[in-house]
Amino acid sequence: MNIIILGAGQVGSTVATELAREEANEITIVDKDQAILSELQDRLDLRTICGNGSYPNILEMAGADDADMLIALTNSDEINMMACQIASSIFHTPTKIARIRSSEYLRNPDLFSPESIPVDFMISPESLVTDYIHHLIEHPSALQVLDFAGGKVQLAAVKAYDSGPLVGHAIKTVRQHMPDIDMRVAAIFRDGQSIKPSAECIVEAGDEVYFIAAREHIPAVLSEMRKLEKPIKRVMLAGGGNIGGQLAALLEKDYQVKVIERFAGRAKQLSGMLDSSIVLLGDAADPDLLTEESIESMDIFCALTNDDEANILSSMLAKRLGAKKVMSLINRPAYVDLVESGLIDIAISPHQVTIGTLLAHIRRGDVVAVHALRRGSAEAIEAIAHGDKSSSKVVGRSIEQIKLPVGVTISAIVRGDEVVIAHHDTMIESEDHVILFLTDKKKISDVERLFQVGFTYF
Amino acid sequence: MQLLVIQRILGLLLVIFSSTLLPPIGIELYYQDGSVLPFVEAFILTLVGGIALYLPVRNQKKELRLRDGFLVVVLFWTVLGIFGGLPFYLSEAPDLSITDAVFESISGLTTTGATVIVGLDDMPHSLLFYRQEIQWLGGMGIIVLAVAVLPMLGIGGMQLFRAETPGPMKDNKLTPRITETAKALWFIYLGLTVACSFAYWVAGMGLFDAVAHAFSTVAIGGFSTHDASMGYFDNTAIELIAVVFMLLSGINFAIHFGAIRNRTLRPYWRDSEFKAYISVLAVVSVITISYLQINRTFSSTTESIVTGLFQVVSIGTTTGFTTAEYYSWPGFLPVLLIYVSFIGGCSGSTGGGIKVIRILLLVKQGARELKRLVHPNAQIAVKIGKKPLPEKVLEAVWGFFAAYFAISALMILLLMASGLDLETSFSAVAACLNNLGPGLGDVGQNFASINDFAKWVLCLAMLLGRLEIFTLLVLLTPAFWRK
Repeated sequence: MNIIILGAGQVGSTVATELAREEANEITIVDKDQAILSELQDRLDLRTICGNGSYPNILEMAGADDADMLIALTNSDEINMMACQIASSIFHTPTKIARIRSSEYLRNPDLFSPESIPVDFMISPESLVTDYIHHLIEHPSALQVLDFAGGKVQLAAVKAYDSGPLVGHAIKTVRQHMPDIDMRVAAIFRDGQSIKPSAECIVEAGDEVYFIAAREHIPAVLSEMRKLEKPIKRVMLAGGGNIGGQLAALLEKDYQVKVIERFAGRAKQLSGMLDSSIVLLGDAADPDLLTEESIESMDIFCALTNDDEANILSSMLAKRLGAKKVMSLINRPAYVDLVESGLIDIAISPHQVTIGTLLAHIRRGDVVAVHALRRGSAEAIEAIAHGDKSSSKVVGRSIEQIKLPVGVTISAIVRGDEVVIAHHDTMIESEDHVILFLTDKKKISDVERLFQVGFTYF
Repeated sequence: MQLLVIQRILGLLLVIFSSTLLPPIGIELYYQDGSVLPFVEAFILTLVGGIALYLPVRNQKKELRLRDGFLVVVLFWTVLGIFGGLPFYLSEAPDLSITDAVFESISGLTTTGATVIVGLDDMPHSLLFYRQEIQWLGGMGIIVLAVAVLPMLGIGGMQLFRAETPGPMKDNKLTPRITETAKALWFIYLGLTVACSFAYWVAGMGLFDAVAHAFSTVAIGGFSTHDASMGYFDNTAIELIAVVFMLLSGINFAIHFGAIRNRTLRPYWRDSEFKAYISVLAVVSVITISYLQINRTFSSTTESIVTGLFQVVSIGTTTGFTTAEYYSWPGFLPVLLIYVSFIGGCSGSTGGGIKVIRILLLVKQGARELKRLVHPNAQIAVKIGKKPLPEKVLEAVWGFFAAYFAISALMILLLMASGLDLETSFSAVAACLNNLGPGLGDVGQNFASINDFAKWVLCLAMLLGRLEIFTLLVLLTPAFWRK
């Protein structure tokens, strides 16, 4: 696929890296900063164009004439929308994706239609990250909670602790404990490596267990897997930027929220925006301020500033001062591995969250969601099965009959409103949402092919 | 330095290169006027050499880093220069020494076209074809070819590609994927070659000569299958066809690509390097033709025009075909032509020399200094087309220019120390460093008569010229080898 990416910032470069890795894609990336482009050019096999991405001549140089997709990811909503408009009017680019950050635009979904502003898909990294953190706060014992089929099915990850009820038992015992709940262990990561979760597999301390179940069963399963944790009541957010503000607004109905913001102007603005949250002006890495605001009774401390280092340090400080659980936004993948094993409970990588959603639009074969797990070393995919037994490679077959690539497992199926947890004899029907689990990213294209309907059918 | 990865790629490239010895074997079996043995032996030696390098390290599949790229390219051109000389060394007629065989092979691969073989007309077809073939392969660059056919080179391929393609600005890819870019370049190259062969054939050359000369024309090489070079045919149409294809091959291939893709000639007129290239050749042609006319070197005006034009284009693009003994032309003409060869072809073409774009940038910088004298506070950008260039590129051009002349001065001194006269030394170094071919004085016709030491120096000059000096020079810096 011929893809043009506008903006080589953090999201843009990560997307480019991800896409250029697949042989079938031809990537051109446009940015105003030549230095960033040269660096990318050295690292990746792609073409770079220096200039303003919304100018028609720059788009033409980037090969918009025969591009299949435009992904506008600059930090300006207006440039992104303009670029989609121009790509649509002048170059007739089939698929246009724009990053829209400001909620003012997002409030009017009618705005983005082929007649007015031709953006096919919008992604808003801030809202995605906000939702992601919201899930984690709702399920305090989970490391990661992901939605499939519009939230009907969720995938959750838990870490097995020494004293926990899970350690030392085979996976099948979990099912025996909860005969009336259908769930499936999709994968287990031990020391960063995935191991195949057979029924006899015994969980060890430190394992990360991924399981999938219908949304309403998730809390029950979680409590089975981890000793009961007290429900969350008090949350402290460090950093009142876009994410911090949105998150506080979401949480303040159900929790006691405190937001720490360094800049007086923004703090004032936040206090106007939020109702029951307490906005504190100050530095999140100031121990006196944290103690003053009784950090030791906080159930969750979230560091949400733009600065990785500040986030890591303030979370570590909060943990030492007594916060029960600390989370931190961390952009650099190298840092995530450094800190997650130590003092910080959950590291959230905004790019992985964003890219999962973005990649879902790029995948072929009716793939509707792609989520990265374990910082991208594994993926969970939701794909829709179409066709009938003769045209599709999956429809009308039971799971054991489908020729899945190595390292790919089918975890669950959503049929209409019903959630079916996959067993070896489960039959797949047309229009089923199939949730697959991949431990090897290279197999994604195989999965895409599996779900493509045979051409002879048309 | 990832030496094992480098060894793996080197082995692989040698295996690929060994296949270039197969066509001469076919030619030999067809014409049966020489011996098939040298090629078979060379084929086996190259293949076995390549496999011996590749097999022990075949699992070393890491990405190439920037530094590795330089080393692979330089090693490859050196190793290939030596392996490429095998057929010359192994064949009985001509009976060449190791020095001569390597010189001939490097001269071919670097598209220089300087020869040490006398009596080409009596050589077996297979050997003649082989000479033309290596020139053709060297023209677009064997590594570019390897990148096109070996997708596994990937990002590392970009490092190699950059180290091999000529010109100051190397980040302009034609297509997003490096493999596709390399393929596109080779398709244009192949297209030009086919068109050129056909034109020669229609104009009256035999099929063998037509293909052989098309190879060396499009590669801007200059090898011929006859001692008298293009002069052998004594055919105005052939000379004019050669002029057209030499001109086309001296243009940046990226512009050909743009023109073909959009089916318009606009990219040519928009390119200031192209305009400068044509202007320089036009002005020098006019001067040369007029001077030839004034001195009555040729009996007819038509002959002056055709020969003058042919010689200017042939030497200006650094091809090095001859139709006349230009080294004995009157007055300043021989030296003027050698000077023009310093300018050479456009960046991203198969031509040699300093490249038109660099000269253009130097001229523009000179003009800027003059303007600055008048307006001391002026901010003046050096632009190509309508785009200002980053200072980094300008500095690199100056560095290149200085290195180019320092190297040529040093080599002229070395040649003179070995006993050659000034005219011969100067022109031989210019002819080799610019990848031109024929020089003046003792090297006007061929390089057979000069001493072995001089030949090795000139081998180095040809490699330096083809790899644009810095790629090779960087290997001599201690910083390159430091961990």
